[in-house]
Amino acid sequence: MEKFIVHTGTAIPLRRSNVDTDQIIPAEYLKRITRHGFEDGLFSAWRKDPDFVLNRPEYAGASILVAGPDFGTGSSREHAVWALQDYGFAVVLSSRFADIFRGNSGKGGLLTAQLDQDVIESLWAAIEADPSMEVTVDLDSRQVRAGDIVADFDVDDYVRWRLMEGLDDIGITLKQADAIDAFEATRPTWKPTTTPVA
Amino acid sequence: MGRTLAEKVWQDHIVRQAEGEPDLLYIDLHLVHEVTSPQAFDGLRAAGRTVRRPDLTLATEDHNTPTIDILKPIADPISRAQIEALRSNCAEFGVPVYSLGSIDQGIVHVVGPQLGLTQPGMTVVCGDSHTSTHGAFGALAFGIGTSEVEHVLATQTLPLKPFKTMAITVEGDLPAGVTAKDVILAVIAKIGTGGGQGYVLEYRGSAIRALSMEGRMTLCNMSIEAGARAGLVAPDDVTFEYLAGRQHAPKGADWEAAVDYWRTLPSDDDATYDAEVVIDATTLAPFITWGTNPGQGLPLDASVPSPDDARDDVDRVAIERALEYMDLTPGMPLRDITVDTVFVGSCTNGRIEDLRAVAEVLQGRRVADSVRMLVVPGSVRVKHQAEDEGLDKIFLAAGAEWREAGCSMCLAMNPDKLTPGERSASTSNRNFEGRQGPGGRTHLVSPAVAAATAVTGHLSAPSDLSSATS
Repeated sequence: MEKFIVHTGTAIPLRRSNVDTDQIIPAEYLKRITRHGFEDGLFSAWRKDPDFVLNRPEYAGASILVAGPDFGTGSSREHAVWALQDYGFAVVLSSRFADIFRGNSGKGGLLTAQLDQDVIESLWAAIEADPSMEVTVDLDSRQVRAGDIVADFDVDDYVRWRLMEGLDDIGITLKQADAIDAFEATRPTWKPTTTPVA
Repeated sequence: MGRTLAEKVWQDHIVRQAEGEPDLLYIDLHLVHEVTSPQAFDGLRAAGRTVRRPDLTLATEDHNTPTIDILKPIADPISRAQIEALRSNCAEFGVPVYSLGSIDQGIVHVVGPQLGLTQPGMTVVCGDSHTSTHGAFGALAFGIGTSEVEHVLATQTLPLKPFKTMAITVEGDLPAGVTAKDVILAVIAKIGTGGGQGYVLEYRGSAIRALSMEGRMTLCNMSIEAGARAGLVAPDDVTFEYLAGRQHAPKGADWEAAVDYWRTLPSDDDATYDAEVVIDATTLAPFITWGTNPGQGLPLDASVPSPDDARDDVDRVAIERALEYMDLTPGMPLRDITVDTVFVGSCTNGRIEDLRAVAEVLQGRRVADSVRMLVVPGSVRVKHQAEDEGLDKIFLAAGAEWREAGCSMCLAMNPDKLTPGERSASTSNRNFEGRQGPGGRTHLVSPAVAAATAVTGHLSAPSDLSSATS
């Protein structure tokens, strides 16, 4: 995973709350068995509307999505993270994220930065006034900067460390193999196993 | 200080704890299905890793599977490739899999409990948000993403930050005709789709104790719709009775040892929760959703809300958008909403008690001519049991379709879909835009309301029906 320290880019205002992962990528795109190439599925139902914000030329090339509260609710599909990244997003800003989506984002290197809703509203207004405005998301100082707006955001300390180091979770855990072995030796023998298959 | 059920299960699974790092938790059971696993198996292959505990891992085919002609090759080549990838991955890594045609195939959250694999005090994960279902047994069970699936396959552990705890206490007797589905829809409407975010919900109180295991599964299943990753019900004699004798339940002296442990799990009397919500069971009624998220629900007696009812500007926009998508007018009685399709099934309401509730309403009645009704059992064993009880004959006589097991129209990954503009009453768990097919409109309901709605053609409770004709 690439290290994430600071990201600067233009942003898209998505003035919707409760953006569930079925909207981010509908189920019909989940049949693929690859990990890349999901950009065509991103918000595919909403993108059929020519006025949808992602279709507007002034927001082309944006890499920061600024969304309403409860972003990423519903299904655990990590394809939602892949679709956002494949489309070109590096950061999502919202006043509240669903837990599973936020966890998935951290694993895949998509930064989910949580800000107060009034900051989100200010960002929406500023971006709409000037779609070419650069927005900087600084993970090192946990700060979003855009025009006159400077706001601190919330991010989990451990996730921040992993993103800044570009570390892979499985590699970290496998260093604890002895502790896993020791724990396994203490498990009650009556705990179920899935084999043999009847 | 006393500990909650969630805290006890958590602490009993800590492999490693270190300052400033998440706890490393051991996973007792990892359930796998075709949609969220192929990229995880690819990751293992790329890194030269193996599955650490195939004997604690179980796969089943459910999301993509057709519900007719299941032994013919799957017509959709992309769905077929995904099912074939699951089979070859399981063969390569030694993971047991229940495929189409197996008596143990079915929706992953129906299969685990039915086999007796889900037991109190366990940690259970699956690449599916409705893993919360298994919390009905007092197991800490939650959905994970594909990166975490790969992590559990490789290590049988997950690094996690402790959840906060929220008690949802439902006291009193549920009125006649009010089911576990109505309780959870009322809970979500009360706390909102983000209300449970960061929490494990523990359902307590006399109304919860009075629920069957299947009712408790329905309740815990939709905890994720309130933003909570997991829901829990403390294990009790109802739990033990359900488990006794099941294929993977402990036997003999092991059973005694297990029950002794399970009896230590309920939250201590002096345990404290980070948050608490109290609901008076006697005030509850059949509940349905009118909008496009599961928090947009109301009692069936109510009317379609107005943007003027919004709590704030964000909520106003959400209501306006939902009304437009659902093509509803504020003030219209919910009972006047007519539907085209009724779907009974899913990991929320696809178990035998759900099918019995539907059959009880449909016995001697007909599905309205304007309605198509699909009844999709949650597993092959549920299907066989329903047929042994003659429920299939009641469904067919009423004019409903009786299908094979799978997720089906809950998420429309297989051919069972709504067409654009079509409206359903569905016993599933999500009323998101397009969830049951692009442009489809979904009202979430209990099995009993689904059946009554199928008869009248508009949203109805069984108490609205005149006597059956035979």
